[in-house]
Amino acid sequence: MSNYSLEVTQLTKYFGRRLIFSNLNFKFVDNGIYGVSGPNGSGKSTLVKILAGIIGANKGKVTHSINGNEIIEEKIHNHIGFVSPYLVLYEEFSAEENLMMFAKIRGVEYNKQRVDYLFEKFLLLKRKDDFVKTYSSGMKQRLKFIFALMHSPQLIILDEPTSNLDDEGKNSVYEIIREEGKKNIILIASNERNDLELCSETIFLENYKQITG
Amino acid sequence: MNSKAYNLFLKDFRSELRTRYAINALAMFIIVAISVILFSIGNEKINENLTAGLFWVVIFFTAMSGLSRAFVSEEERGTTLTLQLIASPTTVFSGKLIFNVILVFAMNAIIALLYGTLFEDFVIKNFLLFLATFVLGNIGLAVSSTIIAAIIAKAGAKGTLYPVLSFPILLPLILTCVQLTLFSFDGTSFDKSKFELAIVVSYDVIMITVSYLLFDFIWQE
Amino acid sequence: MVWKIFLFLLLAFVSVAGIAFPIVEKPSAWYEFPFIPGLEENAKIIFFHVPTAWVTVIAFLMSTVFSFRYLKNKNLDDDLKSYVAAQLGMVFCILATVTGAVWAKFAWGAFWSWDPRQTSIFALLLIYGAWFALRSSIESEEKRATLSSVYSIIAFVTVPFFIFVMPRIMTGLHPGSADDTNLGPVVNFKMNSNMLLIFFLSLIGFTILYFWMWQVGYKSLIYKEKIQKQLLRG
Repeated sequence: MSNYSLEVTQLTKYFGRRLIFSNLNFKFVDNGIYGVSGPNGSGKSTLVKILAGIIGANKGKVTHSINGNEIIEEKIHNHIGFVSPYLVLYEEFSAEENLMMFAKIRGVEYNKQRVDYLFEKFLLLKRKDDFVKTYSSGMKQRLKFIFALMHSPQLIILDEPTSNLDDEGKNSVYEIIREEGKKNIILIASNERNDLELCSETIFLENYKQITG
Repeated sequence: MNSKAYNLFLKDFRSELRTRYAINALAMFIIVAISVILFSIGNEKINENLTAGLFWVVIFFTAMSGLSRAFVSEEERGTTLTLQLIASPTTVFSGKLIFNVILVFAMNAIIALLYGTLFEDFVIKNFLLFLATFVLGNIGLAVSSTIIAAIIAKAGAKGTLYPVLSFPILLPLILTCVQLTLFSFDGTSFDKSKFELAIVVSYDVIMITVSYLLFDFIWQE
Repeated sequence: MVWKIFLFLLLAFVSVAGIAFPIVEKPSAWYEFPFIPGLEENAKIIFFHVPTAWVTVIAFLMSTVFSFRYLKNKNLDDDLKSYVAAQLGMVFCILATVTGAVWAKFAWGAFWSWDPRQTSIFALLLIYGAWFALRSSIESEEKRATLSSVYSIIAFVTVPFFIFVMPRIMTGLHPGSADDTNLGPVVNFKMNSNMLLIFFLSLIGFTILYFWMWQVGYKSLIYKEKIQKQLLRG
């Protein structure tokens, strides 16, 4: 449905003088579910943060384009949905207040219908007016999915999507990943076998640890 | 873009109303600082020079006690990543800057009122000049404090480093503002204060430009 | 190696000549300095005070340039270069402050009197004190490099204000101040030719010394990192 594409060329990242990965090349054009895998500390989170434009790489280029036109860096954040264990929402506001503020700061319409649908899907509809500080860690994780999907992004990046979730939560996550994967590009960074089974293509970061060219 | 930054400011403002971190700390700081000065003066009569200097000393330290929260609170709560996901660096900096500008104006207005009532020598003869100094000085103070707050927050350094990093950057602004405040006490005309006013204006312009250019580097780790 | 011997001889000559050559009313021999009213024997410190201040300026300029380069290329080597330059700048800045204060004691009567240039060098000391404090508070190399580069550029743009603001706000004692008609020994060439020669030799000597020290400092940091890496592997 969306003509979004993500292209990565010659991507290299160091932390200090330690190489995280080098010469990473891939291109996602078709909608679908893709995976990034590698042992702990191999740089999965780093890679997805670079793709989302949160941190910079040392070499190489990440190109986001829609309908063949490259998206400028200042605007990429509105095309991306991002879930990560490090993500924290504002605890002094209620879940819905959080989402309404985010829509305003993004400068997009607050799509109440979609948000309510997502609240329903992630079993949080009854608790949407409660402060986030009263949420359990699993509920916070589900709320992050609503945060990531509320603005109908074309690229959905999920870093360890099923951490902290019970079976019920995992099921709704898998359900929505399959559903969104038909319309958008989804990238999952994980080590869980179940998560990676959804992916049509997986990048193993261990293969990019050599310094080349 | 402006409305985005404004909405980011609204978020901080509402959060501040709920938690009242900065407001309480700043209000108490102003009261404590001014009473310490009043106690130490006692019945002595202090001259205009000292009054103008002490006025900006209180402003500087009050700013240092509260303005770093704009970024430090995000970093402490771990919400920096969230902000990065919903807004461009320019929006973030603008939103935080609006918040700090308003905070600086509010606290400095209170400090000026307290000085006007409590200090005999705080008599302004050229009110317009004082107002111009006040406005321009506040803007410069807010801009420099905001960009240094961003550095401090990313450095993960605790409060002690904030005044240390800010002082040399703010020094030219504060020295010029002290001078201009003295002029306004003496009733010096605008014409004769042109040079000092020009310095404050160029300080503001340069700091705003440099801050917007460099903020991307701080924000993107 | 040859140039190291040359540098040693040059600085040795400058030190000996600067301190030992006599000051007389009417210099006739090549090794005699002229008598400058108001400065007298104090004039000799010019061979050490001005070059250290000059090297301070070069070092801090270099540090800012490398900070700028780091932000552009994200190469950690640039950060190291900037760091070494700032370290040396700090050392020479302290030397310039101390020699200046000593000179001030004898020429103006007090070690410190908040003359515009004294205030500026004090601000410079504060800026770099803050810069080192910032660096030591950050663990991650990259973050440290980025944040300290940003801070050094912000600090750098405030420097012109010190140059323009200070002379207006406080009266100057240094030669060349706004209200000073006496331009001083360097600016209006009250020094005779042999004094000027030694002055410029000293400037050149100190500049070469600085670049040499900077290179040694930079190399030692690189070796330190290599050794640490090897120790980690072994």
